[in-house]
Amino acid sequence: MESDVLVVDDSAAIRKILQRVLRQTGMAIRSIHEAGDGQEALEQLKGQPGIQLVLTDINMPKMDGLQLLAAMKASTAWHSIPVVMITTEGGETKVGEAVKLGAVGYVRKPFTADQIKEKLAGILEPALRL
Amino acid sequence: MNLQEFIVESIRQSAAQVFSTMLGSELGSGVFSLENGTPESNDGVVSFIGVAGSWAGTGSISCSPTLACHICAHMLMTESTSVDEEVLDAVAELTNMVIGSVKTDLEGQLGPLGLSIPTVVFGRNFRAKSAGTTEWIVLRFQWDGETLVIKLCLAPTEKTSHMVPHAVGTTCPLEV
Repeated sequence: MESDVLVVDDSAAIRKILQRVLRQTGMAIRSIHEAGDGQEALEQLKGQPGIQLVLTDINMPKMDGLQLLAAMKASTAWHSIPVVMITTEGGETKVGEAVKLGAVGYVRKPFTADQIKEKLAGILEPALRL
Repeated sequence: MNLQEFIVESIRQSAAQVFSTMLGSELGSGVFSLENGTPESNDGVVSFIGVAGSWAGTGSISCSPTLACHICAHMLMTESTSVDEEVLDAVAELTNMVIGSVKTDLEGQLGPLGLSIPTVVFGRNFRAKSAGTTEWIVLRFQWDGETLVIKLCLAPTEKTSHMVPHAVGTTCPLEV
């Protein structure tokens, strides 16, 4: 069964790189949706009920990744969607906050395709796995 | 190793790691210098990012339009022949990752620091100046036949230098 993935980052460059990396993983992905901030991500989640995985940056304008994560975990519709943080933030404060809020994984920028693949392999539903 | 040496080494390592992982390319160790904040004429692309916390300042990456296009082409595996939105975004993200890594390294010594959203400028014969008086730590790297300049200025914020214990009820001239 193919699934949808949502990539959230204010950098179009990173969104493009993640799209490429996700395609390279061999995961059964139907569509990769994009959002430039947390607010756009929530709109995407409302309009795309098939999204089964969210990869998000932390530092973004309007609504950051931690606020997005908190909003998703507070929602009955989206609380079970796994969220992976992909960010330059390496400090314990923000990473710890993300884990506390319910993030299932964390990848620090800069990242390699293998790092993303390895992280996702451990958390995806069987239907999404290689 | 003093703080300045630590920052220089952190910039070198962060830049090398970003180029290696995101651009698939090696970056040399770069030439270090200290520069004052006197505005100098610029041509090309400059990206700024703010650092805030107990220490605050600005990080920047600057390069020629040609090099900016090469960075974008390597990062996104596309062909970039002119400075467009995609190229500016790639340089901004490069700045975010390099200075972000330096910030994370520094947090071990200086405590939690915040990072702003990067701002990118592209033009000819423009000058930029930070309002601070701190000297800039500057590293010039040669890559793809062009020069890439990474700068960082950082200084303790007023609150840090004012860490004087007060008794409850006493007044302080610096806390208005």
